[in-house]
Amino acid sequence: MSRDVVLDINDLDVQYYTDAGIVYANNKINLKLRAGERLGLVGESGSGKSTLALAILGMIKPPGGIAGGEILLSGRDITKLTEEETRQVRGREISMIPQGAMNSLNPVMRVNDQIIDSMIDHELGLSKADMLQMAGDALEAVELDRSVGHMYPHELSGGMKQRACIAIAISMKPKVIIADEPTSALDVVTQRQVMQTIRHIQEEMGAAVILIGHDMGLMAQFVDRLAVMYAGQMAEIAPKEGAFRTPMHPYTQMLIDSLPRLGAKGVFHGIPGITPLLRDLPPGCVFNPRCPQAFGPCQETVPQFLEHRPNQWVACHLYESEPARS
Amino acid sequence: MRYSWSFVLRRFGLMLLIIWSGATLNFFIPKMTPRNPLREKLLQEASRSGYIPPGFEEMVQAYESKFGLDRPLWAQYISYMQDMLRGDLGFSISNYPKTVWELILEGLPWTVGLLLTTTLIAFVIGSLLGALMAWPKASNLFRYILPSLLIFGAIPAYVIALTLIYFVAFRWKLLPIGGGYGIGMFPGFNIGFITDVLVHSLLPALALVLAGAGGWAIGMRGMLVTIQGEDYMTFGEAKGLKNWRLFYRYAVRNALLPQVTGLALALSFIVSGSVLVELVMGYPGIGTLLARSINQLDYFMIYGIVFVIITGIAITMFIMDMIYPFLDPRISYESS
Amino acid sequence: MERLQLSLRYLRRNTSLAIGLGILIFLVLFTVTGYMIIDPKVDPYPLAGPGSSPPTLNYCPRSDPECENTEPKAYIFGTDAQGRDLYGVAVAGTWMTVQIGLMAGIIGLGVGAFLGFTSAFYGGWYDLIVRWAVDVMLTVPGLLLLVVIASSMGEQRITVTGMGVIIAAISWRGPARVIRSQVLSMREQSYVMMARLNGMGGMGIIFREMMPNLLPYLGASLVGAVTAAIFASMGLAALGLGPLREPTLGVTIYWVINQSAFLRGLWWWGAVPIGIVALIFVMLFLISIGLDEVANPRVRRAE
Repeated sequence: MSRDVVLDINDLDVQYYTDAGIVYANNKINLKLRAGERLGLVGESGSGKSTLALAILGMIKPPGGIAGGEILLSGRDITKLTEEETRQVRGREISMIPQGAMNSLNPVMRVNDQIIDSMIDHELGLSKADMLQMAGDALEAVELDRSVGHMYPHELSGGMKQRACIAIAISMKPKVIIADEPTSALDVVTQRQVMQTIRHIQEEMGAAVILIGHDMGLMAQFVDRLAVMYAGQMAEIAPKEGAFRTPMHPYTQMLIDSLPRLGAKGVFHGIPGITPLLRDLPPGCVFNPRCPQAFGPCQETVPQFLEHRPNQWVACHLYESEPARS
Repeated sequence: MRYSWSFVLRRFGLMLLIIWSGATLNFFIPKMTPRNPLREKLLQEASRSGYIPPGFEEMVQAYESKFGLDRPLWAQYISYMQDMLRGDLGFSISNYPKTVWELILEGLPWTVGLLLTTTLIAFVIGSLLGALMAWPKASNLFRYILPSLLIFGAIPAYVIALTLIYFVAFRWKLLPIGGGYGIGMFPGFNIGFITDVLVHSLLPALALVLAGAGGWAIGMRGMLVTIQGEDYMTFGEAKGLKNWRLFYRYAVRNALLPQVTGLALALSFIVSGSVLVELVMGYPGIGTLLARSINQLDYFMIYGIVFVIITGIAITMFIMDMIYPFLDPRISYESS
Repeated sequence: MERLQLSLRYLRRNTSLAIGLGILIFLVLFTVTGYMIIDPKVDPYPLAGPGSSPPTLNYCPRSDPECENTEPKAYIFGTDAQGRDLYGVAVAGTWMTVQIGLMAGIIGLGVGAFLGFTSAFYGGWYDLIVRWAVDVMLTVPGLLLLVVIASSMGEQRITVTGMGVIIAAISWRGPARVIRSQVLSMREQSYVMMARLNGMGGMGIIFREMMPNLLPYLGASLVGAVTAAIFASMGLAALGLGPLREPTLGVTIYWVINQSAFLRGLWWWGAVPIGIVALIFVMLFLISIGLDEVANPRVRRAE
């Protein structure tokens, strides 16, 4: 099945200008997302994944800004759009499923009104009745009863709220859905249901999903490809099997190693050291202070992000000797 | 059903409690002073040489029999409460035979009219300006220039009124110096009189609005700053909503309930401020009446006015309590 | 030294607090130097000088119209219709008004904080009664209550200290409510429970764990109580219930209203007290905003 690249991020830099110095939240991020694909984005807190999500949505606010690079949505660079054009893209072509659904719904509006108000603001030219119909369809798609639309958020349970947020995110059939840790506030059973719902809709609509999180188990069950970020940079992007069975970047390897396995007893491995401050990055490869395989060039030059194996991209000096695919 | 009887009853009970406390304080405070000023005043008036209105002596006798020194305190209290329940606030000492009620009713429409309009205007304008001051996408006029006008909110309304009188009325002669209507005008429902009344109320209203709006603006500004950090604001923006919709339907709408709650709490201060403004501008409302009564030590008037004001505030608060569920769907008085 | 530098740097960012404190320092200096210049028993009172508009220089005192031997006095702020030296009024009045405010504010804070603290901490019937009392008292307009109290004093003269004490009758309400709600929320916090588990007694918890966290609220409540007290004192004075013989700012305004100063063109009579009062309120306002920023960092503007 031929899949077009729907989101093409090239050398994206996002920086924040603070009293204490410049914070390099995203450095030379390269990412290609295909239609209908499910990409997982993992990294520790402070790795820059939420910043990347905000950048894609055009919601980076002062004192931060996009300092370089481009984000192409079906060929159009959305970093160069005006405020109004960016607003049009949001919700319609790229939408977001928020993390804490507890608070993501406006407490004083009914669910239906919250689904259709973004439709109204996107001037779809539909009648109120049509929009309400679409809202009801969206609710059904997330396995909620149509009558939920008449309720206020405080009348819904946690799982229902999260599904309502998903309904809002898919109501205009966007091309890209960014799910920012959509299940971390939920219990395991609800988690599974919500993820199934997301998968189901996404397959039906053919939308691409970026799933941000740090639950590797969840990633393993849901995504096609996995992107690993560290200290504001992209460390590795690999297909699921490649990431879990043959990870290339030492950071990815240690991440996978640290996952507890059923039946395995003994010492748990962590990753010694702490993540660097984003305004005070070490020279060369950002991971080198904690990397057990660090050698010569690691402290001097930043490794380039290249496709060192088929469909597996990594930024690491260990593979520089292997011929890179272009 | 958004209301449960238990809650309504509780709020109603609170209102009655406040009214009762007002009446009781009015009774006991004067009794706590070593002398009995009311009685002294009455006796003083009655024994004055000069014109004593007919019936005055009888009134003093009646008072003595109810509240005289020979009667035990609890009996006096019961008589007092009985009078209160019947709405009998007594006679005005200085304007006998006019009753306290009569005089209050003369001034009440003026006060209520001024209060109602200025409070609403100050609340709406102040809240809106305050919200705009905290909204990053609002024009710079709102964000940087207007905050300096907040200073007015710190100064008492009647001080502002005095300044306005001097400049606007005295120096520039734009508006009348005081009073409810011009000398020589006769009250009546005609355009001339009504315009005259409006012109005379401009200055008091302006003072009250200037002083009041500042407070609301600050409160709203603080609320908006907090609300902008909420998740639903981020999600709303991620949905691609228009700026004004985010501002009104999401931010301001959610800030409304705490603001209105603040309004209910501030009622007593608003009334105090308005009373003083009336006094300064000679506006024929309850404020001027109170000042005159204090001047003449007309105790029945003083206590009567205080009681009526307290009752008015209590009733207003009760009404506002009942309105809350309509403002915020999360509030339901079903189970508390 | 280091602390001073840090504080100064913070003041540069917190403009409200900086300006507010600046005004405070100015007023303190004004009053202190003023007291060194005027004669507090004579100048702020009637007949200290002939009625004149400012700035009058080389004017002869009423007692000696020829003034060959006595030094002519300069009335920087002019005098009022009854001959008070308005500069003297400004100096003495400011201090008296502030006295009233501080007295009522501090007593109010003490009583209110105590009530709020204990009722939130110990709960039960005591809490219920205190809560009811505070709620009712907050609904009743303070000014009116004070009117009842003050007018009931009859023909007695009220003194400056008397005003302070009377106003304290209402200035405890605000602090009681604020402190109570704060202590209520703090009581359930983890660190208090930890202290309890560690065996710390009631008093120990109050002083060692909770007090430091309450300081910003106590500070803000004090500023609020003082503001309300000065507000109330001026309101009472305007109604004629102030210490009529003393030149407090509120009483001066009372005379301005009563003697129709503005209608007689004696604008400076009103301008002096109004100007100082406005300054005082603006100062209190700015300080309270500044303290708010200290206590609630989210209100700080992003750099």
